[in-house]
Amino acid sequence: MNEKYRPLIATIGVFIALFATGGMLYNNFLSTLVLGNLLTDSSYIIITSIGMTFVIISGGIDLSVGSMIGFVGVCMANLDAAGWHPLASAVLMLGFGTIFGMLQGLVIDFCEIQPFIVTLGGLFMLRGSCFMINLDAVPLRHPFVDEFANVAISLPGGGVISSSAMVMFVALFAAILIAHFTRFGTNVYAIGGDRTSAALMGVPMRKTTMGIYGLGGFYSALGGVIYALYTSSGYPLAGTGNELTAIAAVVLGGTLLTGGVGMVAGTLFGGMILGLIATLINFNGSLNGAWIMITSGVLLFIFIVLQRFLVGSLRMGSNSA
Amino acid sequence: MRAIFSHRAIWPVLALALILIVDGIIAPSFFAIRIVEGRAFGNLIDILYRAVPTGIVALGMAVVIGTKGIDLSVGAIISICGAVIAWRIHAGDPHVVILLLALATGLLCGLWNGFLVAILDIQPIIATLILMVSGRGIGLMINLLYGGTDPSFESALLQGLSVGHIWLVPTRLVLAAGIFLGLWLLMRKTALGMFTEAVGGNAAAADLAGINSRLIKYSAYLISGFCAAAAGVILTADTHTSDPVSVGMYIELDAILAVVIGGGSLSGGRIYLGMTLLGTLVIQTLTTSILTSGLPPEYNLVVKAFVVLVVLLLQSNNARGLLFAVVGERKK
Repeated sequence: MNEKYRPLIATIGVFIALFATGGMLYNNFLSTLVLGNLLTDSSYIIITSIGMTFVIISGGIDLSVGSMIGFVGVCMANLDAAGWHPLASAVLMLGFGTIFGMLQGLVIDFCEIQPFIVTLGGLFMLRGSCFMINLDAVPLRHPFVDEFANVAISLPGGGVISSSAMVMFVALFAAILIAHFTRFGTNVYAIGGDRTSAALMGVPMRKTTMGIYGLGGFYSALGGVIYALYTSSGYPLAGTGNELTAIAAVVLGGTLLTGGVGMVAGTLFGGMILGLIATLINFNGSLNGAWIMITSGVLLFIFIVLQRFLVGSLRMGSNSA
Repeated sequence: MRAIFSHRAIWPVLALALILIVDGIIAPSFFAIRIVEGRAFGNLIDILYRAVPTGIVALGMAVVIGTKGIDLSVGAIISICGAVIAWRIHAGDPHVVILLLALATGLLCGLWNGFLVAILDIQPIIATLILMVSGRGIGLMINLLYGGTDPSFESALLQGLSVGHIWLVPTRLVLAAGIFLGLWLLMRKTALGMFTEAVGGNAAAADLAGINSRLIKYSAYLISGFCAAAAGVILTADTHTSDPVSVGMYIELDAILAVVIGGGSLSGGRIYLGMTLLGTLVIQTLTTSILTSGLPPEYNLVVKAFVVLVVLLLQSNNARGLLFAVVGERKK
């Protein structure tokens, strides 16, 4: 078996184990209904995490994605009130997200400031812009929002693949193509593996860095669009802390924060594992939200330690971050 | 001229001066300090007063960043410490013991982070993410230990440390000064500081030179946990309650920013404690100035992001080179 698939298989294994645990604990858990809802509920976070995967594979980090989700929602809601069609405002916001991300990439590469700090500035700037636009939740009233929600593919057993999940799958497919079948994708892995060598080998650093963060911005903006349509509102606090959820999803998906190793497909399962934990705790009913945080942390811990020891051959612990 | 502009202290000092000058122009009374009922009041006092929790956290963060690490869990540690304080006060422990318990809780969290980073060799950002994700949940669970009753409390000792004052000086400033002095002595008058910077510069080389790099990293996370706990005591006593969800929210980001504005590099090897406090002051002065200038508080984050970006750009050689080139063109 190819070594690079090991983390992915481990992630899928954990997902199946968790799903089976749910099936043992609760009747009707093993159904397409639960699976469909899980996909719908976590689609926006998975979409955001896909962009984060590229950033993390390149050895960087993007903290601005949570604020981007909130900002996109607030803008869409206000444009909706101004009479825009949600699709038009979505296209505008996707363009904005891409350009914002590329600017972050430019600052990171040109000024040689750590991505952590630059995107932290992005986090503050976007969240602050949300507050400057409005402080309350604004509803999206356009009929398209309902039409979008009603598009769904029925599954046997009562579940549905919702439009949000479909967008997520298309986004995932595109990301897999970009990561594994384009020169840009190879360059991302090369930069994450060894920055200096990549630069010496002629990888266009500035262009690629701008591309990586542009992709991160695009996917987080898409996540924001889906979130706004899903909740049919724009709320300035939406997406707070989601940058951490996205990072956790990527890590659970088997991508190493040291860069250079990881697969976009793993992120799908990483995000679904996090969603599954919340579903399991909601199914229980007697546990409160604190358990979601603690369980996510414990799972993150187990997974990181597993990665550290089981997949140790994959340059883990070289401590070169 | 260039030598002055490339000194690491110049940009944060200029930023601080610029903010204060703008304040002075907007409202000349900005610098006024009144003494009412034996306590000093005024914007400058207020800035120092409010900067204390972030400053203490940032000092610990500076040491961790010096080892090429990062501690994202400080906000969560503050949350846990606050919950422990409220829990033990409800249980009726003596308040001195509770203070020690809170600090011990911080050390325990540091012990956990240090274990992950130094012993298991997990990357700092992801190792401390674990506690960051779960810490506020732990705080909430501790609040449930006494049956979900109101976690608010009164404590003369803890509130004295937080909001009290010695003559005209707020007690928390004295605490911060004490922690700064202690860390400064530790980092500059003992070999620990040199070892820490050596480990941050190149852990493998430090190991070969006979430094136990694991032990050094471990101690950095213990220091950071302790500092976070001290800030937790101040913040919790200030609000008279344990609020695990929102206490110290984003303080880790402010602390990291303070270290970076102070010239510390996330790639490790340098510890500037005094500069870190200066960085904290820049952030807090900015926040207070926005609030007092009459701008809507919603502008706070955007202005903060903008100023931070400018300070960072000025610290970057490439951007400064571009700036000087443009200015040079104009002069010709």
